[in-house]
Amino acid sequence: MVRVAPPVTDDDNRFFWDGVREGRLRIQRCASCATLRHPPGPMCPRCHSLEWDTVESRGRGTVYSWVLSHHPTEPDAEPRIVVLVDLEEGVRLVANLQGLPWADVTNGMAVEAFFADVGGVLLPQFRPVGPA
Amino acid sequence: MDAVIAGIGHTEYSKNSGRSTLQLAVEASRAAIADAGLTPADIDGSVTFQLDKNDELAVMTNLGIPQLRFSSRTRGGGGGACATVQHAAAAVVSGQARAVLIWRAFNERSRHRFGQPNPRPPDPAWDFYLPFGLDTPAKIYGLQFQRYMHRYGLTNADFGLYTVVARQYAATNPHAWFYKRPITIEDHQASRWIVEPLLRLLDCCQESDGGVALVVVGADRAADLPNPAVRIAGAGASHLQGGDEMFNFYHPDLSTFVEGQTLADDLWAQTGYRPWDMDVALIYENFSPIVFMQLEAFGYCGPGEARDFIASGAIGPGGRIPVNTNGGLLGEGYIHGMNNIVEAVRQVRGTAPNQVAGAERVLVTSGRSGLVLDKP
Repeated sequence: MVRVAPPVTDDDNRFFWDGVREGRLRIQRCASCATLRHPPGPMCPRCHSLEWDTVESRGRGTVYSWVLSHHPTEPDAEPRIVVLVDLEEGVRLVANLQGLPWADVTNGMAVEAFFADVGGVLLPQFRPVGPA
Repeated sequence: MDAVIAGIGHTEYSKNSGRSTLQLAVEASRAAIADAGLTPADIDGSVTFQLDKNDELAVMTNLGIPQLRFSSRTRGGGGGACATVQHAAAAVVSGQARAVLIWRAFNERSRHRFGQPNPRPPDPAWDFYLPFGLDTPAKIYGLQFQRYMHRYGLTNADFGLYTVVARQYAATNPHAWFYKRPITIEDHQASRWIVEPLLRLLDCCQESDGGVALVVVGADRAADLPNPAVRIAGAGASHLQGGDEMFNFYHPDLSTFVEGQTLADDLWAQTGYRPWDMDVALIYENFSPIVFMQLEAFGYCGPGEARDFIASGAIGPGGRIPVNTNGGLLGEGYIHGMNNIVEAVRQVRGTAPNQVAGAERVLVTSGRSGLVLDKP
């Protein structure tokens, strides 16, 4: 059983985790200049507005970087592939990749989001986009 | 007026100190104050890490420091190591303090180990790390190192080239935990994976118990010191937009270390020195690949060239720029980067176990902060 530390959330990032529970991948958007930002924060670094809303990501992107997360002193924990995904919308996200052996992961591979219960916590996950 | 490092002190670097972190802090501090030819009553400023568990009031009460006029803490973890000296120098040069004590002490092996999985986010800034399994620094940094490795076609065995050099230095440094224990690349490749496919055990810094302290005073007092003063020729920090709690996942290109590049520009501008004016470099290494990225950031070789640069012998004994002559944080011990500053002072004083002949100018980096030290 993989051990997952649930998010603790605060006023700035609660919308993201609420979205995850609804099966939606939400990205924060400045209500003034429409710049997307992640990780979430209260102010738009571009125009300094405190007003924001969210857009729902299509969940498509590419793997920017990845590691196999597997602590050597915890032999019972299932290794997870951790990825940085560059979403099509233009922000980068930390998530996990499922559905292939880690040796087959490549930088730049196309992936799509889905939501899964991982160790009792619903998390955004990614899987390879199959050949069309 | 310039500021100088007047005193250095440290405990032994161990895996189980058997005493409190406060005791480690005050033992190291007492040694550094004595090394500076001062008494605790002369100290009127303090700097430590934001992560240090020892309250200033507890440290001063135990040492018998009657009053602190200045105290500050530096941002982040090891990235704030060199910034402690920057804060101290700023306080002394501006007149906010006359003698600043810097310490860092922890039982990072026998008590809270940084390398063990963090069970729950300490605050919401960790919500995009821990739930996904990024629960140790090795994994968090690994996402950057993977990009570097990918871009330049490296393998884990390439990173081991650094570890072999670090352990060679440590083998002849009596302060080092790995004193008299050099390794070969075969040993490196036989060590267990910590983060596949990037880091093996021997790519990781040690987890250590211990304390380190420094004393910074004005250069006008240098002539009165019992030991040679070491001038703080340059001191800087670089925090860039897009950095995050633990690392820089949101920078566009993770195969370069832009904090290091901007810090290098600042240090060379402050001092008028260039990379090859340095006689020795102490380069913070929580993990071996960060040495590669910092060698490139500080201009010792071009992007992607660190592997061949290290393989050429350039950073080893007798090389063009000896690096981490104490064995570094992999070989000597991991006191959050502060022991590398002690080694830099030893090199300028001429008292290092692996002394570089005639060393007068030393670069010290700790990721997001750095120093250039020289002979006044």
